[in-house]
Amino acid sequence: MDLQSLTRRSEFEWCIEPTGQMRVPGIVYAGEQLIREMDEKVREQLTNVATLPGIQRAAYAMPDAHWGYGFPIGGVAAFDPEEGGVISAGGVGFDISCGVRALHTALTADQLEPRKADLADALFRKIPAGVGSTGTIQLGEQEMDEMLRGGAQWAVARGYGVPEDLERIEEGGRASDAKPECVSHQAKKRQAHEMGTLGSGNHYLEVQRVAEIFDSRTAPVLGLQQNDIVVSIHCGSRGLGHQVGTDYLKIMVIEGWRPIPDRELACAPIRSELGQHYLGAMRAATNCALANRQIITHLVRGAFTELIPNTKLALLYDVSHNTCKIERHVVNGDSRELFVHRKGATRSFGPGHPELPASLQGVGQPVLIGGTMGTESYILIGTSRSEDLAFSSACHGAGRSMSRTQATKRWQGRKLIDELAERGVLIRTRSYRGVAEEAPGAYKDVNAVAQVAEQAGLARRVARLVPLICVKG
Amino acid sequence: MLSVRNTAGWEHFSHGSDIGVRGFGPSIEEAFEQAAVALTAVVADVSRIRESETVEVRCDAPDLELLFVSWLNTIIYEMAVRTMLFKKFRVVTSGCSLTGTLVGEKVDPERHQVAVEAKGATVTALRVHREQDGQWLAQCVVDV
Repeated sequence: MDLQSLTRRSEFEWCIEPTGQMRVPGIVYAGEQLIREMDEKVREQLTNVATLPGIQRAAYAMPDAHWGYGFPIGGVAAFDPEEGGVISAGGVGFDISCGVRALHTALTADQLEPRKADLADALFRKIPAGVGSTGTIQLGEQEMDEMLRGGAQWAVARGYGVPEDLERIEEGGRASDAKPECVSHQAKKRQAHEMGTLGSGNHYLEVQRVAEIFDSRTAPVLGLQQNDIVVSIHCGSRGLGHQVGTDYLKIMVIEGWRPIPDRELACAPIRSELGQHYLGAMRAATNCALANRQIITHLVRGAFTELIPNTKLALLYDVSHNTCKIERHVVNGDSRELFVHRKGATRSFGPGHPELPASLQGVGQPVLIGGTMGTESYILIGTSRSEDLAFSSACHGAGRSMSRTQATKRWQGRKLIDELAERGVLIRTRSYRGVAEEAPGAYKDVNAVAQVAEQAGLARRVARLVPLICVKG
Repeated sequence: MLSVRNTAGWEHFSHGSDIGVRGFGPSIEEAFEQAAVALTAVVADVSRIRESETVEVRCDAPDLELLFVSWLNTIIYEMAVRTMLFKKFRVVTSGCSLTGTLVGEKVDPERHQVAVEAKGATVTALRVHREQDGQWLAQCVVDV
């Protein structure tokens, strides 16, 4: 991104001054190096988002921002329905409520080591992953609607997990006001065989070791110690969410709010029939994602206890990064109910936030940043300052630095798997090409992204995780 | 009068995190058909897919660009619900409506060298138009 087009407000805050139709400025949080590497499209897309009605304070981009669909990936924007605010299908994304869930095991790396290869095989066998994989749970029409209303709460009630899991999931594991009747028959049909599946692309299941603790006060509250074993699951709402995104993007392009600077920004007023239908369908898809990650958690627990009996896997946290949620924020001194879009960005609530469970009130909300199969992932914690910076938001991952086509030209899947195995990272996959496309070198430096998120004040680093096993979606 | 190049083909183009599909040919139908091959090539190795099953589809939209997106999304839907991959496509358009024939087989992850599933065709970098040499071009970014 061209530095000349930005006003530098502080070391890590860059401003696109409002011009033309922009109602608010665009704000990018990043260091100078990340800004230089950032796609020019991020500036263009933030500028467009800033023109939408009802937008509050600013259109924000996180340190990992890159070219998305209408909204940049790594974008945050909040809209006030009282001021004609809108909801955008592109602002949420196709993989509605895609997110990361971290499980804390009661194992250390030394205890896992003798069973590592067996565990990799067991996880690969039990968790359906990749194109064309199907789950073992088939839902009838009525049960599908129950799942879409109940989310992870539905899954726990059916025996996939324990009630304690729910307090460590946003909104207690269930998006309220979901409307399965606003989800198309096609979307439900697409989900018929996909419950409890990981998906493909950048989705993964990793067994990781805590390699470094940054915040020795917060880490014990999250149960984290050096060399502990953590499991991270990255996936979303599967076929149902993809179809809801597809269906409503088309309707919003045809019938949505006008005039928009770019068709990708198709949206509808929150207080319109279309806006309300999308919200109902999006929340149903959110519940599908939460139920899906809950079922996968159950399968992971089964794989662990089969090999290492009595292993406890506690849910550390589950955070979604493709969302639109109703939240209360202070704007110009007024407390308002806003619809906060986070596309490739997570919440980052600081200590004392009313939506946090009692066990996290003293520290804040865990922010889970996924890396790649060969590099680090991070657990950060939300800050109070993040509220003023970006409606309590932080980044979600490393972000690609190279296209899939470039990656497959540069790397070979089989060779990468062998190289990673030599470094102690066991990859399990059905697709060598998929591994090449997701090569660690095709992503930005996640260390830099996590560090800048902390330096900008969006969230604070607690722990760095390194992969030991990766089941590739 | 424009001279029409009698070639058809497809290619991928770069997008930050996803991938663009582009089809071109002497008619709009061929451009749509070729873009569909490009879509399959995002997911798997097209040359390894056998032609054992045929699926008929229909879609419509208010304009040709949205018709193209609907066409690709219809294929993505059929791939997902039938767990199939398609290698041959036949399109007949009538204004902003389309009937299509998809030919392929059930997914075999190892034989087909599947890489990634397509979540949806987007309106990003969406273009359907006739170029100066008479060739039709149809393209958009696919979310994977």
